[in-house]
Amino acid sequence: MLSVTGLSKTFPGVKALSSVDFTARAGEVHALIGENGAGKSTLIKVLTGVYQADEGEVTYDGAPVRFATPLQAQHAGISTIYQEVNLVPLMSVARNLFLGREPRGRLGLIDFRRMHRQADEALRDLGLRVDVRRPLRELGVGAQQMVALARAVSVDARVVVMDEPTSSLEPREVRTLFGVIRMLRERGIAVIYVSHRLDELYEICDAVTVLRDGKVVHTGRIAELDRLRLVALMLGREIADVRQEGLTKFAGSHDTEAEPVLEAHKLTIRHQLHDVSVSVRPGEVVGLGGLLGSGRTETAKAIAGALPTDSGHVVVAGVRVRTGSTPAAIRAGISLLPEDRKAEGIVPGLSVRENIALAALPGLSRFGLVDEARIDRIVDTFMKRLRIKAASPHQKVGELSGGNQQKVLLARWLAMQPKVLLLDEPTRGIDVGAKAEVQKLIDELADDGLGVLLISSDPEELIEGSDRVIVLKDGAVVEELTGEAVTEDRLMRAIATAPAASAVAATGTGTGPGGHDD
Amino acid sequence: MTTDVDTPVRAKNTPEEEPSGAGRSERLSALAQQHGALVTLIVAMIAASLSFDTFLTGDNLENMALSSAFLAVVALGMTFVIVTGGIDLSVGSLFALGGVLAAWASRYGTVVALLLPLAVCGLIGLVNGLLIARSRLAPFIVTLASMLGARGILLSVTDEGSKTYLVDKESFFAKLGQGALLGVGVPVWITVALFVLGAVVLRRTRFGQYVYAVGGNEDAAALMGAPVARTKISVYTLSGLCAGLAGALNAAWLASGVTILGSGMELEAISAVVIGGTLLTGGFGFISGSLVGVLLLKVIQNVINQIGSLDSAYQQVVSGAFLAVVVIAQTWLGRRRRVL
Repeated sequence: MLSVTGLSKTFPGVKALSSVDFTARAGEVHALIGENGAGKSTLIKVLTGVYQADEGEVTYDGAPVRFATPLQAQHAGISTIYQEVNLVPLMSVARNLFLGREPRGRLGLIDFRRMHRQADEALRDLGLRVDVRRPLRELGVGAQQMVALARAVSVDARVVVMDEPTSSLEPREVRTLFGVIRMLRERGIAVIYVSHRLDELYEICDAVTVLRDGKVVHTGRIAELDRLRLVALMLGREIADVRQEGLTKFAGSHDTEAEPVLEAHKLTIRHQLHDVSVSVRPGEVVGLGGLLGSGRTETAKAIAGALPTDSGHVVVAGVRVRTGSTPAAIRAGISLLPEDRKAEGIVPGLSVRENIALAALPGLSRFGLVDEARIDRIVDTFMKRLRIKAASPHQKVGELSGGNQQKVLLARWLAMQPKVLLLDEPTRGIDVGAKAEVQKLIDELADDGLGVLLISSDPEELIEGSDRVIVLKDGAVVEELTGEAVTEDRLMRAIATAPAASAVAATGTGTGPGGHDD
Repeated sequence: MTTDVDTPVRAKNTPEEEPSGAGRSERLSALAQQHGALVTLIVAMIAASLSFDTFLTGDNLENMALSSAFLAVVALGMTFVIVTGGIDLSVGSLFALGGVLAAWASRYGTVVALLLPLAVCGLIGLVNGLLIARSRLAPFIVTLASMLGARGILLSVTDEGSKTYLVDKESFFAKLGQGALLGVGVPVWITVALFVLGAVVLRRTRFGQYVYAVGGNEDAAALMGAPVARTKISVYTLSGLCAGLAGALNAAWLASGVTILGSGMELEAISAVVIGGTLLTGGFGFISGSLVGVLLLKVIQNVINQIGSLDSAYQQVVSGAFLAVVVIAQTWLGRRRRVL
């Protein structure tokens, strides 16, 4: 139905896709998986006309095509359902469903009676009963997602692309969605399904294509690929017997008897986290493992107050911190180095000095006036200690390399004298040399008595860098690896485990063997 | 639209997301947004007619209706712009420019007197739209620039404002402004007709749906295939046309093109639209609400004029306070709805 051959796409500095072959067949649900940066979204965007391929050919319905805009792809019968609902919340359900193709009566005026009836029928077909005249935003996220789906299939779609459609759905809504997907399959529609939830993939998909670093590493029937192998393919690891290799060199070096400096207790965020408990002792590096979308980033953000939690609490050095408030978390001594440093961290137009001083400013000013000499001292200290390579403290951060930008961010948070450091993918996008330096720094910081929570998609980094690893899956803790169990092999096995119960998003299954409850 | 059923049919698979109370209070706050201005207008008019014998007289009402008409036509175009999430600051200048051009052109006949201001103001609106939609400039800045530009054209046309063009009081064009039909001034009839037309366009045409969609979520609208740029260009052109027409009608009414009119009118029009229940952030609003908003502003002005002891400058204080209250109420209602 829709296929690509030899597809390549390069962005400045990155080869996002290189000679990718991919085929979605009619009446088949095809899983497209891969870790962050593997090229999934680029591939989808080429298929749906958002990007143009540099090389390679897209064939649709037996003929080569080139979609210049998403609209062209839509007209050709390729519909996309995005992770975030892309509808207009203030408009009614029916208006959203029919925007741009409203049934019209005399004088070209919209025939609302007919539109409402057709909208109602279309949604009933998907098992959704709502008042189609009400604004879309009165519906739950799941119901909104179903409206998006109804819109996608009602335009005579022949290919439906779903980008993580279940990420905000309740288990019950997931069942409804799967019902619809099966219906689409029976109608001979090709479905491309992107998700990180392995259980879902095995339940609904027929075929699977695994992408890694812009290349197809596997394609075939999903039933012929076991879970562990799938995880290994995604992460790019071989399941050899590496049990002893990554033996915990850090384990003995830290005082495991010390009271935890950070205790997060049963953090829960609807659809995202279920009873996640994490504790970090001073001088300890605790890894958060799991696939993309398993709740790693959400856990860090919830601890740092950047995501409001529905229940659960955070304790730093014995004092309870108000959740949902970044200032409160910072005051308590929690610093978060965010995942996306361009969007959430550095201010590229400001100098190294200004970037470092930014968060610490309130503490460095008196009567609203900034104490320049103290800032110079602090900046100087950290530039030396973190070995930040810049022409001068006044160089713009935007001109530095990725690794040095990351160090500037680290310096900013260290200037706050935190007790706990949360690092979300601290080495992503920086070159190998800088990576090793940042890793070394993390180690040094822990030796200085800081509690560190490390998130990394790189299993090697996670295993080597952490004293303990807490493995998350679908927003819940599935296992905690301690001591000799901190190996890549065990990590992948934990990620690949099938759920004990049939529920897709059950509550946390405790902290696993060898774990401790706080 | 038919709204015969009142019982909400809820999404079967998300019952806990919508307890019945939430649906009801959501509906209440929507009602408040939709009809709050109307209720206030009625209360204000009752209070005014009880307090002043002179309020509910034919002369006074006619005066209010006429002076509302010109602002209302400007607010009509502004409603479309604000529903797309934009703003048009040029309308005050275009109103004055339209009036002067119409008065000057009235010597060549009624058709020219109407077409010239429409052509010039429509063109300026079109340029606004092109800059905003194609060059992706901020509406605030673009229309601020054309507000200044149009003022400049106006001054050059009138020799720095020293020359006033008069309209022949016997001409048909003057009748458009001064005549009456069934005891109601012609400009009022024209305004009513335009509002009916505007309401039909916004509620019942595909273009109207695009206007709401662009204001409600521009990215989503684009992904759903709505012609975002074309919609934006259209609403700014429409706003320019409305301002030009209002200026021309005003010139016909006054029988001259007065250059000092129209300054501050853009803010008055924006206030009226927002008071009428249209969200300044776009995606939600009604044509009828803007008419109510205009009338409410004019009633407040009228009442303050009737209280002879109050300086007329207080009009603006009261109007401003009123606007602040409405915006606060809107934010509050909006926030409550998000929480629910």
